[in-house]
Amino acid sequence: MANAIEVRDLTVAYRESPVLWDIDLDVPSGALMAIVGPNGAGKTTLIQAILSLIKPAAGQIRIFGQPYRSVASSVGYVPQRGSVDWDFPTSVLDVVLMGLYGRLGWVRRPGRDQRTEAMAALDQVGMAELAHRQISQLSGGQQQRVFLARALVQDARIYLMDEPLQGVDATTERTIIELLRTLQSLGKTVMVVHHDLQTVSSYFDEVLLLNVRRIASGPVSEVFTEANLRLTYGGRVAIIKGAT
Amino acid sequence: MEQFLGDYTFRTVALGTAILGAISGALGAFAVLRRQSLLGDAVSHAALPGIGLAFIITGSKAPLILMVGAGLAGWLATVVVLVITTTTRIKFDGALGFVLSVFFGIGLVLLTFIQKFPDAGQAGLDSFLFGQAAALVEQDVITIAVLGGLALAVLVLFWKEFKLLSFDPEFANSLVLPVRRLDLGLTTLLVVAIVIGLQTVGVVLMSAMIIAPAAAARQWTDNLGIMVLISMVIGALSGVGGALLSTSMSNLPTGPTIVLCASGVVLVSVIIAPRRGLVWEQIRRTLQARRLRSEAILLDLFELARKHDSYEHPHMEAALKVMHPNASTLRRQLRSLHSKGLISVHSTGGWALTEEGMNTCKGLLDKRVR
Repeated sequence: MANAIEVRDLTVAYRESPVLWDIDLDVPSGALMAIVGPNGAGKTTLIQAILSLIKPAAGQIRIFGQPYRSVASSVGYVPQRGSVDWDFPTSVLDVVLMGLYGRLGWVRRPGRDQRTEAMAALDQVGMAELAHRQISQLSGGQQQRVFLARALVQDARIYLMDEPLQGVDATTERTIIELLRTLQSLGKTVMVVHHDLQTVSSYFDEVLLLNVRRIASGPVSEVFTEANLRLTYGGRVAIIKGAT
Repeated sequence: MEQFLGDYTFRTVALGTAILGAISGALGAFAVLRRQSLLGDAVSHAALPGIGLAFIITGSKAPLILMVGAGLAGWLATVVVLVITTTTRIKFDGALGFVLSVFFGIGLVLLTFIQKFPDAGQAGLDSFLFGQAAALVEQDVITIAVLGGLALAVLVLFWKEFKLLSFDPEFANSLVLPVRRLDLGLTTLLVVAIVIGLQTVGVVLMSAMIIAPAAAARQWTDNLGIMVLISMVIGALSGVGGALLSTSMSNLPTGPTIVLCASGVVLVSVIIAPRRGLVWEQIRRTLQARRLRSEAILLDLFELARKHDSYEHPHMEAALKVMHPNASTLRRQLRSLHSKGLISVHSTGGWALTEEGMNTCKGLLDKRVR
């Protein structure tokens, strides 16, 4: 199976100490992969580096064998929902339409076709009824689903999601997990920054254990072990159910 | 006064201030949403040395020449702020304050220097400090209209890009939109909006024309396009209103009167705007408090009824009074519950839940458990 994403010798440093150090990573095409690690492990930084939102100090990243710029339209991004001002004067539908701005090109405005697409994406995340709601009136879980819908309309081959399950209720969590599985069944590659170690084995089939360096990556059944978790979390981790 | 309104000079002034108010309202909306209101303040103050230098170099007071000088200096100031924040550990606010005062200081020095020129009396550049609408002539208005029109056209052309840039620049970046160039473009438009207002409003208060109409407009709508339109209207009206006041009363500086007009609109908007206004907020809180109090009374009756065989067992007001010692409005609340059919009054004067009241209570408890 070909790799969707290949990371080689990636080092990212903001000031003196590296945030990511000499990362090598292969993400197989069609994988549903969790990125797991303690706070400050560089999980968000890794996603941002793949999206070339930040410039690495060293190393290179290839997506389907090409640099990000040439395949940007095949990559969908779900940022942390705390990264924007939810009091911005706009509606749910408008935010979802933003996912189509890349494909629309300069100057052209979204029209009826685009709105139909956006509505379909909202329907997929169970938010169609709230399409015209002002975004400041959304709950945390609803904000998260708006961001997911915005990524869905990108109709990408790879999805990078930064903590989509952070602070959402159980219903939203189920909706999102079902969506991830649907994406996988459509042959998409999905990488998700994930915090809940308890659910890694039931939700994902691949996992990356990260703490500045790559501790381990591969199928959950092989690498999600207590020994590796200890290496990742520095022995501070209690026994994890489901870890083999 | 009537003669004054029909006056050609006045119509020129009104037209000029209306256009510049509308332009600064439109670009101000974006500045406020991007939390860059203070950048406007830095740009306008920093424009002063540019005006001085343009005059010293060319010896001309043509509006376009002074505006180009002001624009270049204002633009340079934003670049300096950017360089300081990215290369040192000084934060944005510190860099802004520093750049603003240094540029403004240089500007004041240059103005003093210009005063010593042979025909200093005609220079009149110090009107750029607090603005002088009465000095607007046709040539100024044409310059304002052309520059402002261009800025507005660019804003409309790249509307969706600027909107995404303002809401979620990181996502825009992931779509490989040239975020840095868009940012620079939008900032340049802001500089243009400020520069065309400097002669009329003055460098000291120009930032208010960027912030005030936008802040007021935000109160009235949740739609970016409508917000920009409202902001333009408020900017235009404040401009004309301020110019009218200042030219009809002698020696009243135009900048402060325009800003006072805009501030008045902000004040009214903050107080009475539906949904976001203070009055609205207060009403919502009062209604919510009232609803919670009457729910509490209803649930107390429910609690009392549980000790009896039937929910229809009446309880006297005195019994409820014990549970709500502070509720001076107990009787009014009971009457209101009664009129909603949730409780009934008995011949003994006691109150009891109706079947509907019973169901409401169950619903409420259900909701709270969840």
